[in-house]
Amino acid sequence: MGPGVAERLVPSPYALAEIWRETADVWSLALEPRGRDGLPAAAPGQFNMLYAFGVGEAPISISGMPEGGGPLVHTVRAVGNVTRALCEARPGDVLGVRGPYGSSWPVEAARGRDVVVVAGGIGLAPLRPVLTHVIAHRDEYRRVALVYGARTPADVLYRSALERWRSRFDLHVDVTVDSAGRGWGGNVGHVTDLLPSVPFDVADAVAFVCGPEIMMRFAVRDLLDRGASPADVHVSLERNMKCAVGLCGHCQLGAEFVCRSGPVYPYERVSPLLGVREL
Amino acid sequence: METRSLDELLGEHNFFEGMDPRYLTFIAGCGRNVAFHPGAWIARDGDAADSFYAIRHGQVAIEVHSPRTGALVIQTLGDGAVLGWSWLFPPYRWHFDVRAVEPTRAVQFDGTCLRGKCDDDPAMGYEFMKRFARVLTRSLEATRLQLLDVYGEERAPAGAAATEERPLGPRGG
Amino acid sequence: MISDSIPRPASAARQLFLARSDFDALIGALRASGRTVIGPTIRDGAIVYDEIESAAMLPAGMGDEQSAGRYRLTDRGDGLLFGYTVGPTSWKRFTFPPQLNIAEARRAGGVAFDQPPVEVPQLAFLGVRACEIAALAVQDRVFLGGQFTDEDFRARRKAALVVAVQCTTYSSTCFCSSMGTGPAVRGGYDILLTEIEDGFVVQVGSPSGAAIVTQLPTRKPTHAETGAAIDSVEAVRAGLGEPLPMAGVDERLKQQLENPHWGVVADRCVECGNCTMACPTCFCTASVERSDMEGRLSVTERVWDSCFDVNFARVAGGDFRGRPRDRYRQWLTHKFSSWMDQFGSFGCVGCGRCIAWCPVGIDITEEVAALREPASDARGGSHGDA
Repeated sequence: MGPGVAERLVPSPYALAEIWRETADVWSLALEPRGRDGLPAAAPGQFNMLYAFGVGEAPISISGMPEGGGPLVHTVRAVGNVTRALCEARPGDVLGVRGPYGSSWPVEAARGRDVVVVAGGIGLAPLRPVLTHVIAHRDEYRRVALVYGARTPADVLYRSALERWRSRFDLHVDVTVDSAGRGWGGNVGHVTDLLPSVPFDVADAVAFVCGPEIMMRFAVRDLLDRGASPADVHVSLERNMKCAVGLCGHCQLGAEFVCRSGPVYPYERVSPLLGVREL
Repeated sequence: METRSLDELLGEHNFFEGMDPRYLTFIAGCGRNVAFHPGAWIARDGDAADSFYAIRHGQVAIEVHSPRTGALVIQTLGDGAVLGWSWLFPPYRWHFDVRAVEPTRAVQFDGTCLRGKCDDDPAMGYEFMKRFARVLTRSLEATRLQLLDVYGEERAPAGAAATEERPLGPRGG
Repeated sequence: MISDSIPRPASAARQLFLARSDFDALIGALRASGRTVIGPTIRDGAIVYDEIESAAMLPAGMGDEQSAGRYRLTDRGDGLLFGYTVGPTSWKRFTFPPQLNIAEARRAGGVAFDQPPVEVPQLAFLGVRACEIAALAVQDRVFLGGQFTDEDFRARRKAALVVAVQCTTYSSTCFCSSMGTGPAVRGGYDILLTEIEDGFVVQVGSPSGAAIVTQLPTRKPTHAETGAAIDSVEAVRAGLGEPLPMAGVDERLKQQLENPHWGVVADRCVECGNCTMACPTCFCTASVERSDMEGRLSVTERVWDSCFDVNFARVAGGDFRGRPRDRYRQWLTHKFSSWMDQFGSFGCVGCGRCIAWCPVGIDITEEVAALREPASDARGGSHGDA
């Protein structure tokens, strides 16, 4: 066999152990490696390229880590050919996985400090491993808060996990939706409305923000207005990715290859780039 | 149980934080303590709007009713929020339904009284209106973000599919 | 030869002379060493790089006339084998193929993934110009200099012998001297040829090159011959004129991202992507999935892509770079600014292909010159959203 492109462009086979519906168009997939040991351990915020036979690949954040004592979980929204094919897979189907790629949420650097997690919509998926990690090492962190906004009550992700977290005494968890019928009984409004009532020390806190870019911009602005430092506020950016190894050119934002130096960035690194429209 | 004066209570409320205590006493003259059980109506669409509320504790829902959607909650307000702007301008009518969701304690201000005091003491009135305008701008901003339906067209995390939108023809697109 | 070389100055002691009538011996020796020779040849009214079997396939006596949006072959009326500059193709298609299978999935019960076998041919690149050697060096940094490498590129680069040719003519579209990549070849070759009236002054650049050259009927060049070789390269340098000021362009462009001039260019640009296809350093690719009818085999193919494609930056949350002006800005700022941050050099080597092959004649040097300064009123305001 002759030489080809780097080995890492060949996926590893993973069997779909379980698939369940989270919301109308969002599914979670639990995957287990077939045969060999599986891919290297990932860090919160990283992503894998998931491959559906005959259709292609999509970059999907890891939303559940095997290190936490469970299968590899990816939460996928069915918006295009590949993601639809992934969401239509059935237990036993073999998918391709390669990774993990990208930068991760700096959970180590946040030790000893307050942690504020701000999530919008499906942005909660790449942040769930942060919550899992922080809860598993709860005494290493000071105050921990999660505020989460979704479109409607039916679009709230990981509802049972949210309720579990919310019932703890050592976590501040608040959820809101953009609109609701009367049965909701919870907050209605934008996620940034929840920030004023989050107690944290702006001089010694780390914030992790993930969601649609508009939502992230306003949430970051509110955090900075309150006094947080742009070096301590981290965002996860979305760009078109095809190779995930910084060679296909699609994910560029200015000089950054988002699949390599990102998708998680401290806000101070990307704020000048985000400020230029359509960059 | 120790009762506290209304101006003391106001001084603890978000909206009035840092306001000159003389103004607080002046404004407190228009206010009284109220409480609502869960489910109680605070206002109905079309009612005379002559009240401004400073919510001390609890949660209220601002709702709109339409034949198509039934009752739709468009915003909830909690501790430290203020409710009502229809008392500022004629015809002084509520445009939404407002209902208590949780047991709620608030200070209710009489609109006519409040407007009169702002006229009498323009300096105080200006101070009041500045704070009020701030509340309105933040509310407008949040409303705009809700309107944008930012989660509606949203992504699968970390990017879109590698071969999205390419037809699977003989050449694969 | 993979270029990590420090440019070596010409050494008269290692120069030889090969008569033009003996040129076939060079092609013969290259083929005899097991290599397919890729060289310039005429097809569809242009000089392209393709497989050649003898000197008869070279465009002897042909020249080219190039300007913005224009390319014509001319009859020089002489016998020169390399009396032209660069055509629409570059060596990129041989080091970085337009289509390459990168993964295979086979479904039988479960799914197994494999790397498809790839044949890397032994090639000789005949007629590589100074700007093209620079382009190969740029590719080396892109594909081999980072955390993830392209091993297919490495193998193809290693398998290609570089027979470079000094430019003894130039086109109005050439700006190698402005980019510091020419006109003279300095290193990065296995064999270097400078064409003069009766033949070629030959220089060896590596052991592989030496192994070929020893087989050729060469002799020592006369003083006049080596002088003529030097003079012809000098004439090109003089003809190119004053180099454009490129120092600091990368930093200045970072300040010009909102310059209304982008809209002016976008009004002309038709988003055809010719520039990215002709460019010897553009490296963007896409993945295409091709499966058989029975659903048993699916091959992932890497194909050339272009940042001018309207879907290039598209994500489920919306389109980044939805307007032509955004995509043109991406192309130019990548080439002249971001590339410097990413790879330590400009992405452009001054070959001028994008200028000649742009159907509307956009001249990238003019656009860089217009954009390096803050917007002035004389340039005209934005034409609105393109």
